[in-house]
Amino acid sequence: MTMIAPLASTLPEHSNDGYVAAAYIVFLAIVLIYVAIMAIRLSRMERDLRELRTRAEQDPHTEQPGRAETHERTPARERERETV
Amino acid sequence: MNSRGLRVLSISTVAAFCVSLCLVFFYAPIEAEEGFLQKIFYLHVPLAIVSLCGFVIGALLAIAHLRTGDQRWDLRSYVAIHMSLIFGVGVLLTGSIWARGSWGHWWVWSEPTLVSFLIVFLLYATYQPLRFAIEDPERQARYASVFAITAGAFVPLNFLAVRLSSSYLHPRVLGSSSNLPAPMALTFVVSLAAMALLFATLCSYEMTAKRTRILLKSRSRILGYR
Repeated sequence: MTMIAPLASTLPEHSNDGYVAAAYIVFLAIVLIYVAIMAIRLSRMERDLRELRTRAEQDPHTEQPGRAETHERTPARERERETV
Repeated sequence: MNSRGLRVLSISTVAAFCVSLCLVFFYAPIEAEEGFLQKIFYLHVPLAIVSLCGFVIGALLAIAHLRTGDQRWDLRSYVAIHMSLIFGVGVLLTGSIWARGSWGHWWVWSEPTLVSFLIVFLLYATYQPLRFAIEDPERQARYASVFAITAGAFVPLNFLAVRLSSSYLHPRVLGSSSNLPAPMALTFVVSLAAMALLFATLCSYEMTAKRTRILLKSRSRILGYR
């Protein structure tokens, strides 16, 4: 109790300053919106990855040696040419 | 960054924010002139500093891209600028709320600090349309880097110009005229560190997501699915 009493003096006696709450809520909202967008993008990516894996498993040509070699050789070069 | 590093960074950010909020609301004293409203300072100013630093970091990373030709630097530069823009939205909104509470207006056009930040923000708002208007990835990265460097050089120049202006309402935070009491200074430094950590964490997540998406797209293309 003795520790809380001095701390309480840093809070307003009458909180008519809703602006402070508004500013912190706006900041929280921005972060939450960003995280929500990120979550949507990640779930879309996960879906694409799942689809890619399913198609690769179903594709009989995927295991061909020549093609496998191409997989090993090209990704880095291809990746470099991808847009952000 | 690997998943363990991301986890450590995320936990550090959450911990830093908890400490920062405790200091803001339970440790830092109430300012004599503005009262409780001054607590916005611990949010608005770190946001502005981190946002402006992010733009400059974006320019430095763009220099690294132009020097080495490595696309990873371009990705880092893009992410730093992208995140700074998001933080910039926060600066403008929290600044407007503070201005309304303190000066009675949402925006003061005669105030150089506000207008200069808006100019920087609008300048960088053109970065993404410019970038995505170019289809060729190499040209896109090169032009975006040139833009990032030019705009990045504008940020400190703009900051200096505002500091040299004579009339202003906006308080000076950094410099000889700022004399924050020790508890307020400590709270401010912790808030700034928390904000910088948040910036680094969000950049890391964004970069990991972008890299994964690029990898996924290239794999799909190689397999002939797209």
